[in-house]
Amino acid sequence: MSTATAQKPKLKTSAMIASIAGEGQRTQSAPFGHALVELAGTRADVIGMTADLGKYTDLHLFAKAYPERYYQMGMAEQLLMGAAAGLAKEGALPFVTTYAVFASRRAYDFIHQAIAEDDLNVKIVCALPGLTTGYGPSHQATEDLALFRAMPNMTVIDPCDAHEIEQAVPAIAAHKGPVYMRLLRGNVPLLLDEYDYKFELGKAKLLRDGRDVLVISSGIMTMRALEVAKALADDRVDVGVLHVPTIKPLDIATILREAGRSGRLVVVAENHTTIGGLGEAVATALLSAGVTPPFRQIALPDAFLDAGALPTLHDRYGISTEAMARTIKGWLG
Amino acid sequence: MDSSLTATHAHLAERAYNIRRNALLMGEVQGQGYVGQALDIADVLAVAYFHAMDYRPDDPDWDGRDRFLLSNGHYAIALYAALIEAGIVPQEELETYGSDDSRLPMSGMASYTPGMEMSGGSLGQGLTIAVGHALGLKRRGNKSFVYTLFSDGELDEGAVWEALMSAAHWQLDNMIAVVDINNQQADGPSSQVMAFEPLVDKMEAFGWFTQRIDGNDLAAVIRAFDAAREHPGPQPRMIIADTRMGCGVPFLEAREKNHFIRVDPHEWQLALEALDAGRTA
Ligand SMILES: Cc1ncc(C[n+]2csc(CCOP(=O)(O)OP(=O)(O)O)c2C)c(N)n1
Ligand SMILES: [Mg+2]
Repeated sequence: MSTATAQKPKLKTSAMIASIAGEGQRTQSAPFGHALVELAGTRADVIGMTADLGKYTDLHLFAKAYPERYYQMGMAEQLLMGAAAGLAKEGALPFVTTYAVFASRRAYDFIHQAIAEDDLNVKIVCALPGLTTGYGPSHQATEDLALFRAMPNMTVIDPCDAHEIEQAVPAIAAHKGPVYMRLLRGNVPLLLDEYDYKFELGKAKLLRDGRDVLVISSGIMTMRALEVAKALADDRVDVGVLHVPTIKPLDIATILREAGRSGRLVVVAENHTTIGGLGEAVATALLSAGVTPPFRQIALPDAFLDAGALPTLHDRYGISTEAMARTIKGWLG
Repeated sequence: MDSSLTATHAHLAERAYNIRRNALLMGEVQGQGYVGQALDIADVLAVAYFHAMDYRPDDPDWDGRDRFLLSNGHYAIALYAALIEAGIVPQEELETYGSDDSRLPMSGMASYTPGMEMSGGSLGQGLTIAVGHALGLKRRGNKSFVYTLFSDGELDEGAVWEALMSAAHWQLDNMIAVVDINNQQADGPSSQVMAFEPLVDKMEAFGWFTQRIDGNDLAAVIRAFDAAREHPGPQPRMIIADTRMGCGVPFLEAREKNHFIRVDPHEWQLALEALDAGRTA
């Protein structure tokens, strides 16, 4: 039996930890961990806290560099958030890590009451955002943006790549108040350095202009959008990409300016359920301002997603480059 | 041991061997998986499924079954190994483990697998669900037991202690819980990540009839399950099982401890051989 299975083609796996980087893609290792170590060298108030996921959020690098500023709270996400609130009240600047599902679902009320209501300076940085693991709904944070957008005082960031994560760390530290940031860890795709990109909190950036379609996107979907733009250029479809890493507060002025240019299909693409994320935020902003371009959403369905290999699932749910290109071409007719 | 005990022991040792073997075969399919944990908990599962529990393999939803809740859903590979050995999941499905559209995903979920009573993965929930099952069974006069397996890392979660307190409050003598003390969790040894001892004292203070055993000593596991079922008092029953990751495969047991034990591609076959050697020894 064991030899028989060995000869079969490699089965596709629903493993928890899978890299989001494509084959041959440029990557950078642990951008968050390295950036936090660097930040800690300039600010003595920075501390790191985790709930048994230091190794899995790149916080182990900080733990190694600053053991006396590192708090392993055990696998207790509610305690993690409550204790971060207390430490913030005592003058520390906690960077708190866990998986996105456990911050948004298990610890939501503790973040709401202990951290956000008091507008405390706690930075919640969470791995496995959206559909970035094939492990099943327990680890797929498909509604985290909706939940944290809905929380008063919370700033919400969905970075695209290693370059952006590196820049976002000091930026969110400089911002006063609670922040939720999605994290890509391990070998993280690196691409925005090629676009002369600079992260600014609260700012959307046009990475590429295009006459036919404007994709408004965040997180890894900006990476997808840029790939789609290249692919569709071969078919003489001109796709622009507006990257919106700050989901809240939303850069409404830039979104209205770009979406208001007539004649373009506006597609909002996000690694998140269609409900309550960037798509609905943009739609509300446009309608409220009376800007009404043709509008479509590329996002995950309102459903418990399957377990399976990530490439299989990204295809199945329409957020792979190929699926996204096909969908957009279909809309153009 | 008298002869009937010897026979029971030999029978369960064979079951435990098969569970370990199934788990290694599944690990080999994916080239990964929580096999260290499956090997450490195989003896407990053998006694649960082939000595203690009542169930019908061809009717996993039979109302008279004892419930088994896998709170630590990442141990699914271990439970699948037992469910296959029990005939609840067909042996042919073993090789689909963890692959697209399989009924055996890497993390245990109730909606995927016959015999899987709850959806785990978000740790620390099993005992809370078990309290509900135990209350529900009592309401209906159903005499089944509710077994819950959970892990030492889950001891960190507050909800576990809410459930522990509640089970004693409601005198849920139909609850039997096993906690796997393999002294490992994601970031390191559990006792260092969050000190949880003295655990017997804590469980007793929370109102549980508590036994602490070597979870890889089959005779001790059998005795503990028997005592848990037969205990005359109104308390819920806790079995604290100290286990050894990789147990049954000496070179894995000796390997540096980690949440994921590393197994190189050529080592799966060696692991199966080492397991065999231990069986005949
Ligand atoms: C609520 C929750 N928090 C965090 C995790 C991530 N996680 C998965 S396994 C694990 C370690 C849990 O400890 P244990 O089950 O004792 O680990 P093992 O013995 O398998 O190494 C953690 C923190 C999780 N699955 N659920
Ligand atoms: Mg453990």
